[in-house]
Amino acid sequence: MTPRLLASIGSTLVVAAIAFPLYWALVASLTPENQLFGALSLVPATLVLDHYRALFDTRDFWTPIRNSLVVATSTTVLAVTLGAGCAYALARVRFRGRTAILAAVLAISMFPQIAIVSPLFLVLRAAGLLNTYPGLVLPYLTFAMPLTIWLLVGFFRQLPPQLEEAAFMDGASPLRTLREVVLPLAGPGLATTAILTFLYSWNEFLFALSFALGPDRYTVPVAIALFRGQYQVPWGEILAASTVATVPVAVIVLVAQRRIVSGLTAGAVKG
Amino acid sequence: MAAISLHAVRMAYPNGHLAVRDVSLEIADGELLVLVGPSGSGKSTVLRLIAGLESPSSGAVRIGGQDVTRVPPQQRDLAMVFQNYALYPHKSVRENMAFGLRVRGMAAPAIDERVRATAETLGLETLLDRRPAELSGGQRQRVALGRAIVREPQAFLLDEPLSNLDPLLRADTRAELALLHRRLRSTMVYVTHDQEEAMTLGTRIAVMNDGRIEQVAAPLETFARPATTFVARFIGSPAINLWPATWAYTDGRLHVTTPAVTLDLDPEACGVTRTPPSAQVRLGVRPHDVALVSPGTGDLDAEVQVVEALGAHTTVHAVVAGAPGQRLRLVTTGAEPLRVGAKVGVRLRRDRLHLFDEGTGRRLD
Repeated sequence: MTPRLLASIGSTLVVAAIAFPLYWALVASLTPENQLFGALSLVPATLVLDHYRALFDTRDFWTPIRNSLVVATSTTVLAVTLGAGCAYALARVRFRGRTAILAAVLAISMFPQIAIVSPLFLVLRAAGLLNTYPGLVLPYLTFAMPLTIWLLVGFFRQLPPQLEEAAFMDGASPLRTLREVVLPLAGPGLATTAILTFLYSWNEFLFALSFALGPDRYTVPVAIALFRGQYQVPWGEILAASTVATVPVAVIVLVAQRRIVSGLTAGAVKG
Repeated sequence: MAAISLHAVRMAYPNGHLAVRDVSLEIADGELLVLVGPSGSGKSTVLRLIAGLESPSSGAVRIGGQDVTRVPPQQRDLAMVFQNYALYPHKSVRENMAFGLRVRGMAAPAIDERVRATAETLGLETLLDRRPAELSGGQRQRVALGRAIVREPQAFLLDEPLSNLDPLLRADTRAELALLHRRLRSTMVYVTHDQEEAMTLGTRIAVMNDGRIEQVAAPLETFARPATTFVARFIGSPAINLWPATWAYTDGRLHVTTPAVTLDLDPEACGVTRTPPSAQVRLGVRPHDVALVSPGTGDLDAEVQVVEALGAHTTVHAVVAGAPGQRLRLVTTGAEPLRVGAKVGVRLRRDRLHLFDEGTGRRLD
């Protein structure tokens, strides 16, 4: 056997190992309830949409989807807009304590999430933000902003500074330079950052579980986790919901994967 | 159009590096001043200080009589051409040129007119809708020039604008720049490390070394009367011969002694009237001012080591006889057949000798 053949067999096995649980979840979500715990074959005999129907008819799964979309989108938009401004200043403006600020930003993202749940809960309760969208978006920003800032600082630093200087000489203010020169050129970086922020917010569980008090504000991960009843776990519906929750993410990543990859490396490696 | 002046400008970087040491410089309205020096000499920093992209640690910058030391680059109304051109990659040539006018709030039809007119003079009409990535190096360079010209600024700052072009194109563009300066009659400050570019383009050139200006003078003067050994070495190709020497006055004559020869000079003729602080001097003679004669009949004898025949002239590297380690460069018309190892005599042109103080490096006359 040639090394090439070995390598392709190896990578096929790895891909299969990664893809199998997804496949299994998809198959199970389409299998009738009464066959779920029988001897399942790899290739299912009957496929039904029962679980999906139950999901949207009896459980009102649209609400968590809407909540997740609202929260994840707002977080992404805010994190990227605010983060771009911060990152540009940190990347380009020379001022005292710049390194310290960058280190602090990184340090914040290293707090274990669970450690700040209780204090955040008290803060949000005092602010009257429990069980509201801002009550989720604001805590998400504390974790999303360090990510966006660090990624974007990398992107901005990598742009040749002469471009901005040329814009200054042309008479453009720093803000106008950011808008007309820097941001268009940092497009791939912004896209990468936005996608990663969106994924993070879409999948976040702990804050959503702690700060959303009722089904009207549950996000998708929380709603799925709370499907389980006292006496039974509705595996079919859970897997159907997981599949539904994965679809938008999978679509975004597939469409943008080339950008993400080039974006991540472009930000990391100095030109 | 405006005059630019620097007054005792000093620029220290936060790491303590002193990039510019008390530079004072008057650039007249309409002048093309070339800042020339080796890399790290501070010439680009001086340009950036004029541009406002750096602010000086002390000293003042004036443009058109106004103190602009604390004025940001946006309000200085200068245009700059960068070494790497720094064209906006996401904008077309037209947008690149229009940006500065748009930012200044000019009306769209007027912008269009100006961009078209400028593009025409630079031969860019057919490229207006292209992106910089679709242009050749020479075309990009033109667009960068166009972007500066279209603004009709107070003055132009050019940072090694030709160094990214291939040699043939560089010579052409250099001539075009000279024409452009004559046509626009605007103040230009031009940074280069290439002494040939400096000599051919500048109305005056300022030779920089280690953050200081060593000499500001017309190009030929820096060649004929270099103010310091540094200028003498930097300007002129092949480089000047500089030999350590001692000197003494006796009987109204000046005796300059190098290891190989003592020259008996008329102090009036070489303009040396004051006694230098030390007896140690440097004797400089340009390769063009060294003539070949028969061995034994000139000032020095030398042994030919390398012969570089360039067609129009020939550069000869030789070692001075009787002074091992003392090298001699000379330029001949190439008429004499010279072999490596041949013994030759050389004669130094008395009226073209340069004397420098060994300690300070300054010219003595």
